[in-house]
Amino acid sequence: MKKFAWLSAILLASMPTIALAAGAVEGGAKQATNWSAIGMFVGFVGLTLVITYWAAKRTASAADFYSAGGGITGFQNGLAIAGDYMSAASFLGISGLVYTSGYDGLIYSVGWLVGWPIVTFLIAEQLRNLGKFTFADVTSFRLGQTEIRILAACGSLVTVAFYLIAQMVGAGKLIQLLFGLDYWIAVVLVGGLMMIYVTFGGMKATTWVQIIKAVLLLSGATFMAGAVLYKFGFSPEALFTKATEVHPKKLAIMEPGTLISNPLSAISLGLALMFGTAGLPHILMRFFTVKDAQAARKSVFYATGFIGYFYILTFIIGFGAITLVSTDAMFLDGSILEKTKSGIAAIKGGSNMAAIHLANAVGGNMFLGFISAVAFATILAVVSGLALAGASSISHDLYGMVIKGGNANEQDEIRVSKIATLVLGVLAIFLGIVFENQNVAFMVGLAFAIAASCNFPVLVMSIFWKGLTTRGAVVGGFLGLVSAVVGVVLSPAVWEVTLGFAKGSAPIKLDNPALFSMAIAFAGIWLVSMLDSSKRAAVDRDGFDAQYVRSQTGIGAASATAH
Amino acid sequence: MARNFQRIIQGIIDVSNLAKIERDPNYQELVRRRSSLGWLLSAIMLVIYFGFILLVAYAPKFLGIPLGSGVTTIGIPIGLSVIVLAFVLTGIYVRRANSSYDVLIRKIVEENRS
Repeated sequence: MKKFAWLSAILLASMPTIALAAGAVEGGAKQATNWSAIGMFVGFVGLTLVITYWAAKRTASAADFYSAGGGITGFQNGLAIAGDYMSAASFLGISGLVYTSGYDGLIYSVGWLVGWPIVTFLIAEQLRNLGKFTFADVTSFRLGQTEIRILAACGSLVTVAFYLIAQMVGAGKLIQLLFGLDYWIAVVLVGGLMMIYVTFGGMKATTWVQIIKAVLLLSGATFMAGAVLYKFGFSPEALFTKATEVHPKKLAIMEPGTLISNPLSAISLGLALMFGTAGLPHILMRFFTVKDAQAARKSVFYATGFIGYFYILTFIIGFGAITLVSTDAMFLDGSILEKTKSGIAAIKGGSNMAAIHLANAVGGNMFLGFISAVAFATILAVVSGLALAGASSISHDLYGMVIKGGNANEQDEIRVSKIATLVLGVLAIFLGIVFENQNVAFMVGLAFAIAASCNFPVLVMSIFWKGLTTRGAVVGGFLGLVSAVVGVVLSPAVWEVTLGFAKGSAPIKLDNPALFSMAIAFAGIWLVSMLDSSKRAAVDRDGFDAQYVRSQTGIGAASATAH
Repeated sequence: MARNFQRIIQGIIDVSNLAKIERDPNYQELVRRRSSLGWLLSAIMLVIYFGFILLVAYAPKFLGIPLGSGVTTIGIPIGLSVIVLAFVLTGIYVRRANSSYDVLIRKIVEENRS
């Protein structure tokens, strides 16, 4: 506990100093140090550190660490899931996409939401009934522990790694713009806070950081969208009319645009978004924090509501930014405006800043500070959830189940998890700095593609298909993982944009590989399982009935250990 | 070694009890109702969403048809209603599950307590 107090004190004390130092070396891309934003951000960090301290005192057992002792209610978990899922990419990215392309932003919002009903109908309750800490508990329930845990850990860690890099780079850039801090300081700050939350407070602290962030983000976005609608007499038609007048694309922003390059690409992206959600390890892990299947089911219902509501708000916010930001010289870069004559292209800091500038336009400097702090909180909550999922996969799946064969000492396992968090944190900071000037936009898509092509097929087949065998799951899962990664590397986004090969030379024309990588995974799982006549395969199939009864009724499920 | 954990968790439902639960009419009803509703709603969600994606992919101009004389296009209510329907379908499942599955599960657990 002493260590915690020390670390937090140093961090809190150093924040204004860091800000001062950064303010002294004004760079070109950076904005002036924003004091109201920093004040509110320090307030948020202080509050979360108090919560972490409180959680640390109550985190003793492995169940406390991984799943908050199963003591989170359905409603709280719904908020936490929403907090885990509504990343800065979806808040700033989607409102920015609406700002530049209008309707295209809505296509993404829809895709990011429709995975949730599938999770509710097919995954949530079964997951809670069968698992304890990680989704690998479920996939390895009746299959060979060692092989399946290794597969699940690979799928989880690769997903987490790409998602984490994308978040860290985004965080660095964003904080640089919002607070006037140097990029590397921002990355170190995010990584450092993440390590403190997760190592000291485990799932309890992570959950509460996510809940607070979700409440702040939802209320901030509600206020912004409300203010925009208020300016237009609560008439969306009036808002759209004004937006189509000032946007250089005119009426084209009211229909699908250039975002979707070809039909197959659209379907592939749709698959990745829909089924990727059901395979994200940090999201799946949240279902173990509630006491039973009923609470798990309720929590996805609340989460779907919050997330759907939020995406509708981002759509209004994006259109609000078109009308109020792109027309106000205060938010535009004069030299770009001169060249392009388009307020949309000239926005200071790029289209991701649309929502941030809108906050200033509708609520002044104080509200700008609030939204900036919320954006930072958003990143912190998401990276903490990711780090915890990655660390759990290392400590629970690899160390506890594979290396120690399920006989690990609980305290040792927690220690491994904390060390893994620190390693992941340092790695995330390092990679965040390495990738500073790379285009990382494809990484979130890649994370979803891997989740949809490796984690999801194995999970859903293990729950519902009696014929699934260990060999089938391992072969199909790895095929899905490899084909997703290869598919992304050979796609236009990486082949042409990141690797710099000639335009149009990408071997695979799909922006997202899910269409074929999911098919390969499912076909591989099915074919190899069908052909599998090993001894192990018989054990795998025999175990299905007991697993199915438990997945349906919850008899024998890991119970809540809340106190 | 790795089998230890598996034996422990599977041991909770032993073989005789398992057969008894599987014969329980309440259990059979639960499985039938939950899986038919779950897969049905999943299929509906897939049709709605991929219907929308296919419109985006093959008929973007259809989504650009204005509603009445204004600038709001038919694509706006269609897109928003996919979001709303996703929430509504989830609500239908949760409502059904809360009102009938939980009752069945409680009965099954009580009858098969050993």
